Amino acid sequence: MSNIPSHLQYTESHEWVSTEDNGNARIGISDHAQEALGDLVFVELPVVGDEINQGDPCAVVESVKAASDIYAPVSGKVIAINEELDADPALINADPYGDGWLFELELYDSEELEGLKDAESYELILED
Amino acid sequence: MPKHTPLYNSHIAAGARMVDFGGWEMPINYGSQIEEHNKVRQAAGMFDVSHMTVVDINGPQARHFLSYLLANDVAKLKNPGQAFYSCMLNEKGGVVDDLITYFLDETFFRVVVNAATHDKDMAWITSKAQAFDVVVTERPELAMIAVQGPVAREVVLALMVPKDAAVAAELKPFSAGQFGELFIARTGYTGEDGFEISLHAELAARLWSQLLAAGVAPCGLGARDTLRLEAGMNLYGQDMDESVTPLESALAWTVALKDERAFVGKHALMEQRVRGVESKLVGLVLQGRGVLRPGQRILTGAGDGVTTSGSFSPTLQKAIAFARIPKDATQSCQVEIRGKLLDCSIVRPPFARNGTVCEGII
Repeated sequence: MSNIPSHLQYTESHEWVSTEDNGNARIGISDHAQEALGDLVFVELPVVGDEINQGDPCAVVESVKAASDIYAPVSGKVIAINEELDADPALINADPYGDGWLFELELYDSEELEGLKDAESYELILED
Repeated sequence: MPKHTPLYNSHIAAGARMVDFGGWEMPINYGSQIEEHNKVRQAAGMFDVSHMTVVDINGPQARHFLSYLLANDVAKLKNPGQAFYSCMLNEKGGVVDDLITYFLDETFFRVVVNAATHDKDMAWITSKAQAFDVVVTERPELAMIAVQGPVAREVVLALMVPKDAAVAAELKPFSAGQFGELFIARTGYTGEDGFEISLHAELAARLWSQLLAAGVAPCGLGARDTLRLEAGMNLYGQDMDESVTPLESALAWTVALKDERAFVGKHALMEQRVRGVESKLVGLVLQGRGVLRPGQRILTGAGDGVTTSGSFSPTLQKAIAFARIPKDATQSCQVEIRGKLLDCSIVRPPFARNGTVCEGII
């Protein structure tokens, strides 16, 4: 069974979004996504300062098996990236919702968050 | 309906993630593909290869037939039990499939061909066999388990009756023998020592659990692919097919052209050898970070090429690939990944064998 924490929001393309206390959004991939991809060996992240639009492919995660695009769940400016992933992409496998986070955005439009799935609706997507 | 091997239930019980492979539902991994890969390089892993096609060639003209069918010369197999790798070619010299041939006695040879090419191989072999006094018999009732790794043989021998184990322990690389219910060959597709064991389907699950209990890690098609890539072994349908010859596929060493022997595709190969090949299959090592995949564009000083296989190598901790590039390209090239050009060195595979990186690769 896939782990789907209830305090996060999700996309149909298996990214998660965590709204931080300062209003920024932290983004990663779900437990289901890391499991489906298998051992991750390379991550290409956006650059701090990049401005990205909701739905844009803005990062790539690669496992031994395949490369997978990461789509921006919301629009914003990149204010941080997880530099640990450079040396250890397997952090995403080990802890997809914690140490395996990808990047943080300063939101342009917090209303975009309302269009994301909650844990329950995301679980329904996985069951289909 | 997908086809299942006799070990299907064993895979499910071991928590395998199953995928379609040439119509067969096969394990891609049982958790971590990299751990499975490393287990084979460092200790022992096992693969269900029961989907592969075992074909027995019996009859007074068995050797004569294979001498015509195969690009490698079956005359090299002098003692019963010896085996070799060969391609079978079409009239244009294109590769119909690659296979292992075992010489068992003068009226009995066994060949093992790929699963994904089963139908066309059987049609090809039976049509070519018509002119010879041989009987071609498929052996679908046989299952096959490849046990590979530095301690693989030791573990298998410990499960055998002492009398058989003593003889099987003496099997040289690329040789085989029948030991009671077990047909044991010292062959594989990983670049490690080990055995490939054929046995009746009804006995397969029992041997699998014995191996599991002895600490052999079940490994899926994912690890099988990265292991064979590191070991410099071609995958049919990816690194070569009917549109290319062995001379363009780093397989010139498997073609015996020197004698008078006639075989299917020989004429085309002789012509190509005189004319010269335009492309060659080489190894690539990505210098920076990223992952090589099949189908990526390669830029060289002598023209463009393309990767045919590619992945992340757990042993090198770098991306590696096979690429078909112009024959005059040397030393280095660039690969285009998502619009960026990244530097690769051109090397001669294997990349890694017997637990370690080969000399001259990095």
